[in-house]
Amino acid sequence: MGIEHIPFVGRSVERVEDAGLLSGRGRYIDDLGTKPGTLHAAILRSPHAHADIVEIDAAAALALPGIAAVITGRDLLDITAGLVPAVRAAVDARAVAVDRVRYVGEPVAVVLGSDRYVAEDGCDLIEVAYRPRPAVVDPLAALAPDAPILHDGVGANQVSDRAFRYGDPEAAFGRAKHTLSVTVRYPRNTGCPMETYGVVAEYDAADDSYDVLANFQGPFSIHAVLARALKVPGNRLRLRTPPDSGGSFGVKQGVAPYAVLIAAAARRVGRPVKWVEDRLEHLAASVSATNRVTTLTAAFDDAGRVEALDWDQVEDCGAYLRAPEPATLYRMHGNMTGAYAIRNVRMRNRVVLTNKTPTGLVRGFGGPQVYYPLERLMQRIAVTLGLDPLEVIRRNLIPADAFPYRTATGALYDSGNYQHALDVAARDGGLAELVRRRAEARAAGRLYGIGYTAAVEPSVSNMGYITTVLTAAERAKAGPKNGAQATATITLDPVGAVTVQVASVPQGQGHRTVLAQVVADVFGIGLDQVRVTADLDTAKDAWSIASGNYSSRFAAAVAGVAHQAALRLREKLAAVAAAQLNLRADDLVFAGGRVGSRTNPDASLPFARVAATAHWSPGLLPDMDGAPIRETAFWTPPQLTAPDEADAVNSSLCHGFIFDFCGVEIDPVTGKIAIDRYVTMHDCGRILHPGMVEGQVRGGFAQALGAAVYEELAYGADGAFLSGTLADYLLPTATEMPELTVLHVESPSPFTPLGAKGVGEGNCMSTPVCLANAVADALSLEAIDLPLTPAKLAALAAGRDEPAPPAGRAGQGAPSRGSKPGDRTMRGEGSARVAAPPEAVWAMLLDPEVLASVIPGAHGVRKRSDTHFTAEVTLGVGPVKGRYKADIRLSDLDPPRAATLAGTVTGALGNGGGSGRITLTPEGPGTRIGYAYEAAVGGKVAAVGGRLLDGAARVIIGGFFAALARRAGGGATAPGLLRRLLARLGITR
Amino acid sequence: MPQLDAGARHRVRFTLNGAPAEVEVEPRTLLTDALRHGLGLTGTHVGCEHGVCGACTVAIDGVPARACLTLAVGVEGCDLRTVEGLAPEPGRLGVLQAAFRRHHALQCGFCTAGILMSLDAYLRLRPRAGRAELTEVVGGHLCRCTGYAPILAAALEAAAILRGEDPSGPATREATDAEKAHA
Repeated sequence: MGIEHIPFVGRSVERVEDAGLLSGRGRYIDDLGTKPGTLHAAILRSPHAHADIVEIDAAAALALPGIAAVITGRDLLDITAGLVPAVRAAVDARAVAVDRVRYVGEPVAVVLGSDRYVAEDGCDLIEVAYRPRPAVVDPLAALAPDAPILHDGVGANQVSDRAFRYGDPEAAFGRAKHTLSVTVRYPRNTGCPMETYGVVAEYDAADDSYDVLANFQGPFSIHAVLARALKVPGNRLRLRTPPDSGGSFGVKQGVAPYAVLIAAAARRVGRPVKWVEDRLEHLAASVSATNRVTTLTAAFDDAGRVEALDWDQVEDCGAYLRAPEPATLYRMHGNMTGAYAIRNVRMRNRVVLTNKTPTGLVRGFGGPQVYYPLERLMQRIAVTLGLDPLEVIRRNLIPADAFPYRTATGALYDSGNYQHALDVAARDGGLAELVRRRAEARAAGRLYGIGYTAAVEPSVSNMGYITTVLTAAERAKAGPKNGAQATATITLDPVGAVTVQVASVPQGQGHRTVLAQVVADVFGIGLDQVRVTADLDTAKDAWSIASGNYSSRFAAAVAGVAHQAALRLREKLAAVAAAQLNLRADDLVFAGGRVGSRTNPDASLPFARVAATAHWSPGLLPDMDGAPIRETAFWTPPQLTAPDEADAVNSSLCHGFIFDFCGVEIDPVTGKIAIDRYVTMHDCGRILHPGMVEGQVRGGFAQALGAAVYEELAYGADGAFLSGTLADYLLPTATEMPELTVLHVESPSPFTPLGAKGVGEGNCMSTPVCLANAVADALSLEAIDLPLTPAKLAALAAGRDEPAPPAGRAGQGAPSRGSKPGDRTMRGEGSARVAAPPEAVWAMLLDPEVLASVIPGAHGVRKRSDTHFTAEVTLGVGPVKGRYKADIRLSDLDPPRAATLAGTVTGALGNGGGSGRITLTPEGPGTRIGYAYEAAVGGKVAAVGGRLLDGAARVIIGGFFAALARRAGGGATAPGLLRRLLARLGITR
Repeated sequence: MPQLDAGARHRVRFTLNGAPAEVEVEPRTLLTDALRHGLGLTGTHVGCEHGVCGACTVAIDGVPARACLTLAVGVEGCDLRTVEGLAPEPGRLGVLQAAFRRHHALQCGFCTAGILMSLDAYLRLRPRAGRAELTEVVGGHLCRCTGYAPILAAALEAAAILRGEDPSGPATREATDAEKAHA
C-alpha cells in the first residue's frame, strides 16, 4: 500500500483566519493607512424625507482651517451619471442629491477636511435651506392617485407592474373547495454588520482612471454600474477590496453609491479621499431590506392540499431603485411554491418608491418576505380545516422521488428528501415532548404555542433572474442573461508552494480555510502549505459579474471551481511526475506531501519538487497545454438558463431544505416571548466544514430572531427616521439567545462540483415566520405581523385585536384612538401658578429680555415685531446637544387671557415645529398659566433621541414655565427633581 | 487637573500593554482614534461610537471601558491594555484566544477584540464565573456573525483551563501550561 491522505474536507479544522483576527492583526479597510495628503470626508445628509434644496451656503465651512472643499450634487453633475437599476425608469439615482432630497439621510454635500473631526466641523457650518414637500412612507399610500410623487419624470411612484401565470390557476381556483387569504406587511430591517462602510478613492487625471478601495462584497455586476456612473470604461475603474471585512450579510453591496461619490469627490479635489461611515449614517441611510405588502391566496381541498396560489406583492424599494433592485422581489421567483408541489400559480408584482432609504441586499434577500406569508398561510389552512399544521405541511411537500423537481415557476430543485428531514427533525428534536409541554402549559392556563416552517433555501443566484422583471419581448431586445460564473486561480511558486486566489470577497465566513482544505486534499499536502488570498483587485485578478459574496454561493460554486482548478493542475503535475518516475500518470497518488506510485512506496518525489519543475526545468516538461504554474478555472452551471418565453426561471442553482419548529410561551402581562425550544433542521447537501456550517446556522438564527422580535428600521408618517442608534435599533445580545438545536441530513447536490449547497441564509427565511406561527398558535391569532414586540403581544394576549404599532413603527394593524399609524406627535399640557397678576405675566411674555431669561438654553432673543421673535437656543435631547435657530410667532391674541405660540427650530441636528395655546387665569392675587402643545421633530434628533423626546419636551416646556414663574415672583412649579432633570438633559440657561 | 486648551494638541503619556506610550491629541480626540490612528494599534475596533456595541472595549487600569466614550486626554498616567497585549508572544495565542479559535467563536472578527477584553478582565476578577455570569458579560457586546453560543462555549472552556481544571471536551487538553500563564 502506498502513501495515504486523510482528507481535510468534512472536518472542523481551525480556521487559518483566526490567529490574526484574535490578536488585533486584522486588516479591515480602516486599518490600512492612506497615502500622504489624503483628505477625509464627512457627509452632510438630509434631515427631511422630501424637500427641495433651495440653497446650500458653504461659506462658513470653507473658511474653517483644514477644510479643502465642499462638494454638492451640482458639482458632480458633469463627471458622474446616475446609477442604473434593472428596470428602465425615469429615475435619476445619483450618489448625492441634486436640487431635491427624497429620504432622510440622503447625501447633500461632501465636506473634505484634513481629518475627520475637521470635516465634521465643516458639516455643522453648512447652511442648507430646504422647502419641504409632502412625503409618502407607506407603499400602498404611494400607489394612490393623489400621493406625492417622488420622481416627476416617472409621473407615478409605481415603477414596475408585472403579472405572471403558471399552470392553470383560474381553473384551480374555479374548482376549489376552499380558498383562504393572508395579508402581510413585512417590515424593514437590516443585517447591520459591526463594521460600517468605508471607501478610499483616488483619481489619476493623466490616465483618466480611478482606483477605489471599498469594503464592497459584490456582486461585481455592480462594477459595470459604477464605471458607467463614473463615466469611464471598466478597465479604468480599479476596484479593490481589503483583506478583511467586518461582516456584511448582503449589506455591503450598498457601499456602491459611496464608491461613486467618494471617487468623484477625489477627482474634483485632485487628492485621495477617505470616508468611513458612522453608525447613525449606517442605520439611517446605508441600505435596508425591502418592506413588502403581500396578499397571498390559496385554493385547497378538505385534506389541506393546496391546488393553486395567488400572490399579490407590492414591493417598497425606497426613494431610488438601486441596482440590483428590484432583485429582492425576483430572487425567489422560481421558489414561490416553497417546499410544496403546487402546480398552479398566479402572481402580480408591483414595485413602488417611497420616501425611505433605498433598499438592497440583506441576508435572506427576498426569502423572509416570501416565506412569511406562505408559511402563515399553511398554518391558517390547518387551523381552518381543524388539522395539525405539520400534517398540512407534510401533505403538500414535494415527493422524495420527484427530484430533480421543476417547480411551477421554473426552478429546478436539485435534490432532497423533505419527508425524511421532517421525520428526523421530529424524532431528534423532541417534537413529541414539545407537544406534551404545550398541553401541560395550556392545562395550567399558560399561553404556549408551537410553530412550524418548511422552507427551501435557494443559493447560487442565476444572474439572469432579475430579467424576469422585464417582459419576454424586452428580454429578447436586451439579449438573454443567465449563469453564475465562479472563478479560482491556483499558482505554484518556484519552491512549490501553493497560492489560491478567489473572487469570493469573504466577509468573515472563513473562505480561506475551506479553500485551503479543498486544495490541500487535491494535492495531498498539509493545510499550512496552501495560502489563500481573498482580497480582490479588478485590475489584476480573475473575476466576472457573478463574483462576490452573496446568494450563499461560496461552498457550492467557489469551493467547487477551486477544486476544478486544482484538479487541472494536478493532472499536469501527474504528467510531470510520471515522466520523471517513469510511471503512468494514472498510477500516481498525491499524498503526504509527495507524488508517488500507488503501489510502490519507494517510487515517489516530493510534491514541492514536482510543483517547481516548470519554473526551474521547463525542458523536463512533457508535452502539455500550458505550463503547470498557474491555473485559472471558470465555472458556470448549465442549469442556470435565462428566463423562458413563459417567464419560467431557474432563479438559483441549489436548493437546500429547512424544517424548523419551536415552542414559545408568552407572558400575558409583559408580552415577553420566551422561546422554550427551537429546532432547526438543515439539508445543505455535502458539508465541507461542520463548524462553519454550524456558525452560519447559529448566526443566521440570531439575525432572524432580531428581525422577528426586536428590530425595525422605523419611520414616522412624515418620513422622519426614528431608529438611528443601536439603542433604538435593537440587535439581540447573548442574553436574548435561546437554546438552539441544529440538525442535519445530507442530500448532496448533483449540480455542484463538491455536492455542497448554500446554508447561510436559511434561518433568516424560516425563523421569523416559525416564531410568528408559534405566537399565532399560542394566542389563537389569525393575523400577526413583525416585529413580535412585547407591547404588541401583551395587547394581543389581553384579547384585543392587534393594536396600532407604537408611534413611528410600520403602519400595521388598525389605528387606535384617532392617531394615525406612525404618528409621533408629542402632546402635552399642564399649568403653573405664579404670584404676578395676568397683566404682568402678559407683558413678560411679549418682552424679549424676559423671554431670553426664561426660555431654556436661549442665547439671544430678538423681537422682529410685536408678535414675532427669533432666538438662538441650545437644547439637549439625550445624547444630542446642539444649537438651533428658533422662530416664534404669537397669534390669536386675547390680552391678557390667551395667546397661541407657534414656532419652528432648525439646526444641524434636526428640525422641529409645534404650536401651543397659553391661557392666563386670575387666581387670587396671582395667575394660573395653563398650556397645551403639540410638537414634532425630524432629522438627527428624531433618529437618535426618539425614545427620549416626549420626556425631554416635557422637561423643556416645564423648565420654561418654572423660570417664568420664578421671574413673576413665586410659584413652586420647578421641583428639585425637575431641576436635576434639566441639568441632566444638558439644558443650559 | 491641568487646564486643556480646546484648540491645542496635548501630549498624553500612559502605559500601553506594559510599555510606556505617548500620543499627541486634541482634547476632543477619542481614545479609539488615538489608539488606532495615533499609535497604529488598529486591533481596537469602532462599531457604533455610542457605547452600545462594545467592539472598542479596552482595559483601563484593569477595568473594561468603552474606548469610544473615553477621551484620549483622560488616560494620562493610566495602565491600558488592548487586544494586541493579550497574546503571550507574537505568533502565539493566549488561553482565551486559543479557546475562541477552537470553538469558532468568531467569524468576521470585528467585534472579537472587545469581547476578549471584557472576558479577560472579568475572568481575572471572577475566575469561577459560570455560564449565567458570562452570558451577562458577553451580553454587553454585539456580535452579528456567531449567534453567541460558540463565544460562551469558548469562554467557559477558557475559564476552566485558567483554573487549572481539565475541561470536559478532549479538544481542550492541548492547552499547555505556558498558555495558562497568559490569559
